[in-house]
Amino acid sequence: MNIAHKKKLKESVAKLFMWTAILIFFGIVASVLWTIFSKGCKAMSWDMVTQLPGGGFYIGKEGGFLNAIVGSLYIVGASTLLGLLISIPVVFFLNVYLKKHSKLAYVSRLAFDVLFGVPSIVYGAFGFTIMIYFGLRASLLGGIIVITLLIIPIFIRTMDEATRNFPRDILEASFALGATRWETLKVVLRQIAPGIATATLLSIGRAIGDAASVMFTAGYTDSIPTSLSQPAATLPLAVFFQLSSPIPEVVDRAYAAALVLTIIVLILSITGRFITNKFSKNKV
Amino acid sequence: MQKLRIIKDRVAQGTMFSLTILSILLVAIIAIGLYLKSAPVLDDKSLWTLLFSSEWRPMKGEFGFLPFIMGTIWVTILAILFSLPISLLTAVYLTEYSKPIVRKFVFPALDILAALPSVVYGVWGVLVIVPWISQHLAPLFVDFSTGYTALAAGIVLGVMVIPLMVSLFVEVFTTVPVELRQASLALGATRWQTAIRVVFRKTLPGIIASVVLAVSRAMGETIAVLMVCGCVIHIPESVLDACYPIPALIANNYGEMLSMPFYESALMFAALILFVVVLIFNLLSRIILYRLEKTEK
Repeated sequence: MNIAHKKKLKESVAKLFMWTAILIFFGIVASVLWTIFSKGCKAMSWDMVTQLPGGGFYIGKEGGFLNAIVGSLYIVGASTLLGLLISIPVVFFLNVYLKKHSKLAYVSRLAFDVLFGVPSIVYGAFGFTIMIYFGLRASLLGGIIVITLLIIPIFIRTMDEATRNFPRDILEASFALGATRWETLKVVLRQIAPGIATATLLSIGRAIGDAASVMFTAGYTDSIPTSLSQPAATLPLAVFFQLSSPIPEVVDRAYAAALVLTIIVLILSITGRFITNKFSKNKV
Repeated sequence: MQKLRIIKDRVAQGTMFSLTILSILLVAIIAIGLYLKSAPVLDDKSLWTLLFSSEWRPMKGEFGFLPFIMGTIWVTILAILFSLPISLLTAVYLTEYSKPIVRKFVFPALDILAALPSVVYGVWGVLVIVPWISQHLAPLFVDFSTGYTALAAGIVLGVMVIPLMVSLFVEVFTTVPVELRQASLALGATRWQTAIRVVFRKTLPGIIASVVLAVSRAMGETIAVLMVCGCVIHIPESVLDACYPIPALIANNYGEMLSMPFYESALMFAALILFVVVLIFNLLSRIILYRLEKTEK
């Protein structure tokens, strides 16, 4: 066989492998979604998402997991707000106040990338020690603090990516008109608004799905928390705890909770992509 | 009026500066916090015994982390073995061949995989992978297996790191200038040859850095692994053995640890090990990736 033939053959074999890899990849995606949707839809009912766990909930009696849905929303809502408040100034500082090749900017980007890689169980353990230090028990507040810490790096890195390619000319135009850097914030914010939106959706997705960090810090309860010092249930933990139950009705609830979680996350992810596609076109 | 504006600007600068520094310091604060908490057990036992003894009897105050460390290593290696070929081939296809129709479907699918919470992967593992192993795969090799094995944890973890790996690889491959590819193709190389001999060679550090990042992600994953790993305290001898990685250990024992001396400290030490390894891996690979990005511009 001559070289040209061999080359062609290799190319075809490589292509075959690549197609197999992509097919496996799609197979996995389909399998995960199919499993969650088929099991979840069977178990789903209106009561599940509108009722609190009733008496005998854990031996298969009636009730739903509204407590977990509301708990998750509380924690995610509060920590997203806090996260935005902390990370927008940081991103702004990195991109407008600091020079393009400043050492501090390099170090902070590195630090946030590293923080992004820290496992959530470590955040959970760390958060727990802090709570003990301040004499807090597992509570809504603890969950909010830990989830905020968890999503700040995601916020900062995603927004930073969006801001980095921001044209310097606009900044200079604003400075030339006599605006201070603080006043230029308005201009920058308007430009990176889609980036902020995407980062927010991404962070919410990560925050709502994380179980390991809220396990010790937010605790678990059957009621909806009415103050910051009460423990709060969360959706991922509802899935986790109920799945290990020997009673089929309870396990069904885990499937339903997993379905709710998946649907929320899918909506967030699709909206995020939509925003990126739609708005990145009309950017200056 | 002028002064006020300048003062405002300065105040804003100060606030932003301190927020930035505080968030950077978080790395150090976590490290110090975990170290202080694990100090009691570190004072009591030597680092060597903690890391390389396999005696785990919290009641008697013996804490050997070897079974958990080995569990973590097994699971991580399996995950990478599973995900690396799929991710690498997919990424090569996406960047080197890039049929628009494939990209149109693969990227949203990657988004979905990346967005799914780990507990959902856990449910999938329990419902699909574990039964498959116990009913179809394990009977070929051993008499009986529950399916809750290192292999199950490895597969679930592998699936979870695929989106991260593919997007890192795609990013790394796109740093190679188009001109280099065109030069190679013009000399008569096929696309696959170009991928292997030009793109891979040019981005090898980046590929390694991406794999290291995926490794550190896989090591810290908790809930999904906890649900399928079997949680038996021993050093796994085959992929069909149950295992007990470090994150699962921490997650499983948090509630009861407060009653026993040194137990909390030992678990914090486990978190510290995890943190230090992940920190080192992340630092190294990120620095390599930054360099690569810079050379591109």
